[in-house]
Amino acid sequence: MSGLRIDHVGKSFGMFEALKDIDLDFPDGKFICLLGPSGCGKTTLLRVIAGLETPTRGRILLDGTDISGLPAHRRNLGMVFQSLALFPHLTVGENIAYGLRIRGADQATRRRKTEELLDLVRLPGTADRQISQLSGGQRQRVAIARALAIDPKLFLLDEPLSALDAKLRETMQVELKLLQKRLGISTIVVTHDQREALTMADIVVVMNHAEVQQVGSPLDIYRNPVNAFVADFIGSSNLLTGVVGGEDGVIIVDGLPVQTEAGRALVRGTKASISIRPEEVLVHPGTETGPNHLPAKVTFVRDLGASVEIMLECSGREILAVSSPRTRPAVDTGDAVTIELPPAACVVLAS
Amino acid sequence: MSRLGSKLFMGLVLLFLAGPLIVVAGVSLNGAQQLLFPPRDPSLRWYAELFNQPDWLNAMGNSLLIAFTSAALAVLIAFPLAWFLWRYRVRYGSVLYGLGVAPFTLPPVITALGFLVFWVSVGLYGSIVATIVSHAIFFVTLPLVTITLGLNSIDRQVVEAATTMGADERKVFTTIILPLIRPYLISGYAFAFVLSLNEYIVAYMVSGFTVETLPIKIFNSLRYGYTPVMAVVAVVFMLFAALVFGLIARFGDLPKLLGAWSKD
Amino acid sequence: MTTERPHGLMAHLPMLWPAGMLVLFFVVPFGIMLAVSFFHQVQGAFFEPAFELDNYGRFVSAFFGRALLFSLWISILSAAIVVAVAFPFTYFLTRLRRRAQVPILVFILAVLSLSEVIIGFSWSTLLSRNAGLSNVMVWLGMLPRPVAWTPSFGALLMGMCYLGFPYTVLIVYPAMSRLDPELPEASRMLGASPFRTFFTIVVPVLKTSLMGAVIMVFVFNLGAFLLPQVLGRPPHWTLSVHITDQAVFQSNIPFAAAMAIFLMLFSLAFIGLTLVLGASREAPR
Repeated sequence: MSGLRIDHVGKSFGMFEALKDIDLDFPDGKFICLLGPSGCGKTTLLRVIAGLETPTRGRILLDGTDISGLPAHRRNLGMVFQSLALFPHLTVGENIAYGLRIRGADQATRRRKTEELLDLVRLPGTADRQISQLSGGQRQRVAIARALAIDPKLFLLDEPLSALDAKLRETMQVELKLLQKRLGISTIVVTHDQREALTMADIVVVMNHAEVQQVGSPLDIYRNPVNAFVADFIGSSNLLTGVVGGEDGVIIVDGLPVQTEAGRALVRGTKASISIRPEEVLVHPGTETGPNHLPAKVTFVRDLGASVEIMLECSGREILAVSSPRTRPAVDTGDAVTIELPPAACVVLAS
Repeated sequence: MSRLGSKLFMGLVLLFLAGPLIVVAGVSLNGAQQLLFPPRDPSLRWYAELFNQPDWLNAMGNSLLIAFTSAALAVLIAFPLAWFLWRYRVRYGSVLYGLGVAPFTLPPVITALGFLVFWVSVGLYGSIVATIVSHAIFFVTLPLVTITLGLNSIDRQVVEAATTMGADERKVFTTIILPLIRPYLISGYAFAFVLSLNEYIVAYMVSGFTVETLPIKIFNSLRYGYTPVMAVVAVVFMLFAALVFGLIARFGDLPKLLGAWSKD
Repeated sequence: MTTERPHGLMAHLPMLWPAGMLVLFFVVPFGIMLAVSFFHQVQGAFFEPAFELDNYGRFVSAFFGRALLFSLWISILSAAIVVAVAFPFTYFLTRLRRRAQVPILVFILAVLSLSEVIIGFSWSTLLSRNAGLSNVMVWLGMLPRPVAWTPSFGALLMGMCYLGFPYTVLIVYPAMSRLDPELPEASRMLGASPFRTFFTIVVPVLKTSLMGAVIMVFVFNLGAFLLPQVLGRPPHWTLSVHITDQAVFQSNIPFAAAMAIFLMLFSLAFIGLTLVLGASREAPR
């Protein structure tokens, strides 16, 4: 019974509900991302796990033990804060050894562990430096080392990369992932950047409005978003509305049938949406007919060098089609064209 | 666990702070002309007396007049100084600021004696003008500190934006700076006003024998016998101060005025 | 705001009015007081110009020397107690939500604005035999009969702590409320109890603020002139009391001036120390 279990946790601040009814089960050793827009509750959930907030309802179980009643300083969880929260009056080494000191480690042990961790985060020999002398990226690593020093059961990070510039962020994403793989420690990262989540996570938890919208692997969430919010939040997506034509997965859009591979049961006559990723949309010049073909009009073409983006209007909606320069369809702004939606790429969302 | 402990600690401290005030409030309600707690025959007659007896009313009038004018004068002195130090960089800047802060930071007796000596030399010892000016200088520090805090909290980029949109120095001042620091001007004035009302030693040394303010009257009463009106005055002062600061809190951001960051 | 220097008379104008007022009504009085401290006391009038060091000489006597030492002693003791209580108090205060902070701040400000007279009166009442706390304790059965706890050293100490407390809270408040709330949280996550967090993280990080507060309150306490008279006996009279006494009741203004100058230099030295501490803090950040 190992791993983290979040058992029907709810959290309210007075009248405001920050978490509604969160029920999640995470196996050991995975890299988990809590993903969502600001205010969705992801940071609150992390803080509840950490013990910095007490849940209004529900429990937190770690490896089968209920830790809900434990105060934060007894949970032995490593946390990296958004502002890093490095102690300004202590050196790098003293920061890292802080937790060890509290646990009564002697000076030799403290020094050894500090050096090990500094090597791990690739800042060897910096133990005696002042925090103020470090760059943003270096401070990041010290914060990571400090959290790991106490051999925590969980590794929690609150928007750890948001303060870094774009290039550094990308490097750190990979580093964090490799570090986690090497140590095998269960890691939970809060982020609002879906690209970050897709890069690092084994499991993504998409949240919105204090609720969990979807849990799954990055690819799974990308390919099979369960509702319009997830479809829109992860990557860019196109949405077409229509009416269910029958139980075989046909959705009628503007009177034309679109075959999808909807696995769920659909009721004929109800409203439904089709979500399809831009790179799956095929654009044919001129008006063609055929299965899953819909008429459209080109509103804008963007040649970005590495890719070509074609913006279209179809069934009253804005559709984006992306292709590589080599397979670029011969269309221009203002053309009347046909788009084709391959059945395997169409995801049906309940409206 | 620790949440409870900290709340308990704060509660005890606040009780300590409130203790004497509760006693004084109780004493002010005592029916007989005696210093008794808990009060016997509670009545509001002494409150009526405060607003009826001419000598107490006279003292109140003096206190209010002095507070009103000296606080205004203090703000009038502090404002240009604070603005100047914020707008420009001058080498004697810290000297000027120190000069503005000194009257209040030094033990009041010293400042009071200094004023006494000055007004005696100038021949205005005993006049209400002397008290007003003395109070103004004494309390300059309060609006100076609050206005400086206010000016420092102005985002420079806001001023720069206005300048790029064509506002000259004067326009920036009237349309950007003044509105932004208005709460600090008001709180600086309120602070000086309330403290002036309560102030004893400077008023006493400078014109204590001719211009009787409420605190002076209380102290004189302390020496010559007790009357519950003293307690009444204490309660009224306390309520008045609470009212003034409560109003400021209601219409402004009190934590920010006292130095916290603005709410995010 | 800028690094600009003022150009021309017009630019300097806003500064001349306040500077002028301060010089005229603050610097000049002090200059006169300095001069007066060398003057000769005249019975029946205020003073006559002279130059004698008698006044400073008298000051060095055992009597006033003792008063000075007592002033320093009770001021530093009270400052230490007040800061020890006000520092954690303000810390807890700043951890509350804004809306909860406001009524407490209003209360603190109201208490701050009370003059020494009212505080002295309130405390002497609270500790008196007829009207004080001891009556409540008799009523509760904790004491056989009411007791007067004032005037006494303890009463004076309590009164001075009361006087200095709101002042300290307001001095410490800005730095305390700006403390990154994630610092104590990080400490807790690493295993430090709230108690340990306070002493190993909060206090060291705000060290300069703490020192500054102690000094400011110390100087503030030196200025107490009424409480020692109301809550203490003549041996408890501080220097400020003697200055008032000499100036107003003994009509010995030159002597009072001498003591005042001495006290002022002393206070300025300590205030200067606070400023130096504050300036040195700018560097490492």
